[in-house]
Parts: sequence; C-alpha cells; structure tokens
Amino acid sequence: MAFSNEQLERYSRHIILKEIGAKGQKKLLNGKVLIIGAGGLGAPAAMYLAAAGVGTIGIADADNVDLSNLQRQVIHTTSDVGKPKVESACETMQAINPDIEVKTYQTFVTSENILDLIDGYDFVLDGTDNFPAKFLINDACVIAKKSFSHAGIIRFQGQLMTYVPDSGACYRCVFKQPPPPDAVPTCRQAGVVGAMAGVIGCLQAMEAVKFFINAGNLLTGSLLTYNALTMDFRKIKLPKPDGKCPVCGEHPTILQPFDYEQAVCDLKEK
Amino acid sequence: MFLTVAGNQKEYENGITVAKLVELENVETPQYVTVSVNDDFVENGTLETTVLHDGDTVEFLYFMGGGNARSILY
Ligand SMILES: [Zn+2]
Repeated sequence: MAFSNEQLERYSRHIILKEIGAKGQKKLLNGKVLIIGAGGLGAPAAMYLAAAGVGTIGIADADNVDLSNLQRQVIHTTSDVGKPKVESACETMQAINPDIEVKTYQTFVTSENILDLIDGYDFVLDGTDNFPAKFLINDACVIAKKSFSHAGIIRFQGQLMTYVPDSGACYRCVFKQPPPPDAVPTCRQAGVVGAMAGVIGCLQAMEAVKFFINAGNLLTGSLLTYNALTMDFRKIKLPKPDGKCPVCGEHPTILQPFDYEQAVCDLKEK
Repeated sequence: MFLTVAGNQKEYENGITVAKLVELENVETPQYVTVSVNDDFVENGTLETTVLHDGDTVEFLYFMGGGNARSILY
C-alpha cells in the first residue's frame, strides 16, 4: 500500500521520526485498537490514536454524554450532551482524521460479549472507571492473549501498566480481586482533576503507538505512577509472575471471563 | 535499619513487620493495598508475620479506578 499525497502530509511528523518512518506509519494504519470507555481516559487516547492514523479504532460505551463529563472528557462538547458517547466520540475522531475507520459499540461490556468485542483487535485500552470492569478486561485479554493498557486515575493521581502475553504481570497478579464496593474511593466520590485524565489517557495512547511501531520499552512488568501535586513520576517494578495467578498462571482456574457485581451505590447515584 | 519505601530511604526501628510499616506510613485503605518487598509480593494475610530487614525495598500498590462512569454495568 502506497501513501497518498494527503497521507504523506498528514503523517509527515511521524514519518520523519527514525523510530516510525514510512514502515511504522503503515503499521499504525494497519493497527486495530479497541477503546473500552469513551470517558476521561478514553477521550484523549481516542483523539490521539485517531490523529496518529491508527487504521481501525473501536470504541465501546453504553452511556450518553452528561454535562458533568465535559470537565475531562474532551472528545465531547457541550452540544453533545444527551447524545450517545460513542456517537459523539466517533464524530470527533472522524473530524480529526477521516482517513481511519471508527467502529462504535453502544453497549455495556460484560462477560457475555467481551471476547467477541476484543476479537480482531490488536490492542485493548482500558478506559473504564470501575474495578469489576478492570478485572473483566484483564481476564478477557489474558484468556484471548491480547495486549492491553490498564490505567486508573483519582484526585491528583494516576497510574498505568501494560500487559503483553508472556511478558510480565497481569492486573490480577497485582491486585488479586476487586475491593468490595465503596471500600476504596471512586472518582465520583473523591473527584479528579480533568487534566489527569489527559495525562494518563495520553500515556495509554503512547503505549499503543509503541506497541505497533515496536520501539522502546512498554510498561510491561511495571506500574507507572504519577502524582500531580508533587510532580513525581515513578516507574515501579512489579514482581515477576510466580505462576500462581488464577488467570495468567501455570494452572489457571479462571478459564472464561466472568462478571463481578457492580457497586449498588453506583447504580443508584447516576 | 534503613528501608527504601516508595522510593524514599528512611530509618525505621529494627525488625518491624510489613503491617507495622503500613501503619507508620499511614497507608490509605491498608486492607486493600498490595505490598511488594524486594520485588516479591507479600501474600495476603502475611503482613503481620513478614519481618523487614535492613536494606529492604518496599512498594505499596494502590487500587485506582477512574476514567469514565458506567461504561460497564451489571
Ligand atoms: Zn496474572
């Protein structure tokens, strides 16, 4: 596949990089990323990956845009309030770059549909806000041997890690199981600075780009934490998997994705 | 003894346990934090019996949600 003149101009700042070049840009154009959650983390990630020319981007979210989302979910605008998030996200992505294909899934992601959703994608980006979802995405990606980026944000803090099959700990290796509902604060209860979603969501997009161009080191086997108040970034080395993890270990007991119950208060609050 | 805790080297009383360190460091929601010592996870339920030694490196790994609300619902 040869580049069109428009593509050569659009992606010129990529093509000029020795780590990307024409070859890397082609890999991006052939790349397929699924973003689960068109919210704070998913918004900047989707916009940068669209702009970067990742050829196929899927975006899954069941919700509609709410006024309280706009403080950080920069892919949606005031006139999008009430619209399905995936529709609003798709419009912004296609406006940034009509050269790519955007697939929308206006659905709740569950153990029933997650394997079908991630099938055919090269890289999954977790932009969800709750722990049952994060464990579901982890388990499904481990089972389906998909690479994915995990991230979390709260208040002035954020963190992310990348899972690639057979190279380092999975999310469950580190965190075992979701905490009980309300045991640890969520963004809705504790708040989050909008720019934090931008910082961490962009770092997730950066991991996806590096995954495709195969440059540098991914955050496999490590957790990058960011404290915006002290401006400390720390790359914490994670212990090597000991083979006992119930999903990525030598004798896994989790062979199919399953759903944890969602916090009851989450259902009532919205 | 000196420990490196979350990247900072500090002096602590000799022979304290991980549980004591969690308390001294005012770890938020301590029952849900994952602790690693010298790149090994401290098994759940052994914080009280895991004794720290001079030179140990300890990390606290916290649950963090975030992103958007309700993209997944059961
Ligand atoms: Zn694991």
